[in-house]
Amino acid sequence: MRLTLAQREALWALVFLAVPLAFFLYFRILPAFQALWLSLYEWHADPSQRRFVGLEHYARLLEDPLLRRALWNTLLYTLLGVPGQIALGLIIALLLQRAPFGRDLFRAIYFAPYVTPAVAVAWVWSWMLSPHFGLVNELLALLGIPPQPFLQSPSQALPTVTWVVVWQNLGFQVVLFLAGLESIPRQYYEAARIDGAEGWRLFRHITWPLLNPVLVFSVVIGTIGYLQLFTQVVNLNFTDQGGPLNSTLTLALYIYQLAFLRFQLGYAAAVTVLLFALILLITLVQLRLLTRRVEL
Amino acid sequence: MKKALALLFLPLSLALAQNVTITYWQYEFRSKVEAINELIRRFEAQNPGIKVVHQTFPYDAFQQKVAAAIPAGQGPDVVNLYYGWAPTWVKAGYLVPLPDDWIQRLDRDFVAMAQAAKVGGKLYGVPTAVRSLALFYNKDLFRQAGIANPPKTWEEFIAIGQKLTVKQGGRFAQIGYGIAPDGQDHHLVREVLVRQFGSKPYSDDGKRVLYQNEAGLKALSFYTDWVRKHEIGVPGFFPGNNGYRDGFIAGRIAMIVDGSFAIGTIQQGARFNFGVAELPLERAGGRKANFGSFWMHGLTPLATGPKREAALKFLAFITSEETQRYWLEKVGELPASKNLIRDPKLSLHPVYGPFVLSLAYAKATPFVDEAAQRKVMVDAINRVLLQGMDPAQSLRIAAEEEQRILDQFWR
Repeated sequence: MRLTLAQREALWALVFLAVPLAFFLYFRILPAFQALWLSLYEWHADPSQRRFVGLEHYARLLEDPLLRRALWNTLLYTLLGVPGQIALGLIIALLLQRAPFGRDLFRAIYFAPYVTPAVAVAWVWSWMLSPHFGLVNELLALLGIPPQPFLQSPSQALPTVTWVVVWQNLGFQVVLFLAGLESIPRQYYEAARIDGAEGWRLFRHITWPLLNPVLVFSVVIGTIGYLQLFTQVVNLNFTDQGGPLNSTLTLALYIYQLAFLRFQLGYAAAVTVLLFALILLITLVQLRLLTRRVEL
Repeated sequence: MKKALALLFLPLSLALAQNVTITYWQYEFRSKVEAINELIRRFEAQNPGIKVVHQTFPYDAFQQKVAAAIPAGQGPDVVNLYYGWAPTWVKAGYLVPLPDDWIQRLDRDFVAMAQAAKVGGKLYGVPTAVRSLALFYNKDLFRQAGIANPPKTWEEFIAIGQKLTVKQGGRFAQIGYGIAPDGQDHHLVREVLVRQFGSKPYSDDGKRVLYQNEAGLKALSFYTDWVRKHEIGVPGFFPGNNGYRDGFIAGRIAMIVDGSFAIGTIQQGARFNFGVAELPLERAGGRKANFGSFWMHGLTPLATGPKREAALKFLAFITSEETQRYWLEKVGELPASKNLIRDPKLSLHPVYGPFVLSLAYAKATPFVDEAAQRKVMVDAINRVLLQGMDPAQSLRIAAEEEQRILDQFWR
């Protein structure tokens, strides 16, 4: 059998693709199925002593108040964090694009937190937010606002943690939007100006629709990130993780605590399956809703 | 191939030199790592056929490594763990019971709190050293305020605390007591105050929560009043992991309750004179109580056959009186042996003394799920301090939550 050049190239491409695919299946997909399997068993170090419990763990999910709290918190983080970082990122990117000079410098400064280890970020912010020594409260005092407890308060802790995460992700978001803005052809704006459009209408009818691919990407990646929030929460309140009073507990942190502090790996796996289902569902819905508007 | 060869030569090697390699795991703590390295050298010199491999991991990752490694057959044969973790580990199959003669040794030679190493009547580990709580105080701040002695009663403690608290506007610049519900204070309320006020936190078999009574309510109200009424401190004064201890070392907190494990850190860090005193009492001559805890060495299911014999030998060596004496000098932790803590040189020591004296009446909380049970008490305190909940209601919630945890374990 003789293959054309194109066929041969395609064949080779598949061969090369198969190698990373095999790795991916083995290291990513297989463990996911193992977690599913594990969630049906009561964990024991010795595999022969793992007791099959069927859907018992899933029944426990339904009546676990801590799980409900973690689920609710995780959704709150996502609902506050994703729009927050996209709005801020977009505003900064639009301003930066207009800046006559220093654009690279600003971009570097905004990007710095993104590449700083989350542990260091958490540590520094926990000092800045301290009710007694923190810089933030000193600034508030200048404005005549009384000291705020921030991370110490069950009602303020979650928005505060969200702010730290938004602050850290902002640089990445700005860079994404800047790239998106650069890719919009200048001619569109020139043509619109000739037709008499200005300011808001330029943004509304040219910038916003043409940024849609970046926006979809940001929303999906951002949502997945917030649904898996862990490191910052752990380190902002290290001795009472997820506290005070579970106000900052996330699903990922709850999974970690169940599995590695309480050795309930079976139940932890069931929560993992729930988180997986949640991410899958939300992502599919988002892709559906958001990509519909791309008209190019 | 290697395995087959090893099997082939097993009887031969047993007969000849008994070459066995066992693995010991603990978390990373410099003085402990150095001490164990030295002890392994001595042990290997005494037992030529046995080799001990020592591995350490950061504290935060330690349980995670154990959870993953043992089911994969690659973890430790002898493992170091907090006594409160034992029931959780036993239930998940990470520890195996020690032979019966070890139970007799524990009952005879070790301080009473070491009984907490038993789960369901079986023994799962033995400690080298134990810890108790005491009051650390800043002697320089005390002198400046004209206070001669550490407080003997809680009444004195509150009076001193108020003198040493400095508030500017709504913010504290210095506090009298380093309130830390998630530090050692959850033990202080549960094990110390409840007992001092005339009750006990759990039934003797550890299966029932008892602190939901008058003494328990008095303990929780009294403790939370330090913040709400007397204002001798505020939680989270210093941010970060162990902020109460950092604040004390920085000279901004006059008194803290901490374990003997903190002695080294405080000695190295504090640039002032500090003193240590036994915990204050309800009234002079009142009932004494303390919380005792320990890290123990247990055997994992990986220690089988000749490895089990070698692991038991090593276990006996690192929990011997001789090792305990060395451990005190090198690591600064109190010996777990009844004989050694009777030594007057130790009980009269200005720093170790109060801790050693406290060991005589210290009790260890019978945890079945340490992480969850710690949270119950921390949350009980925080509901009152941060949300203004009535202590009686908060205590009721805590007792219910903890009873559920106990029931779930023992069912």
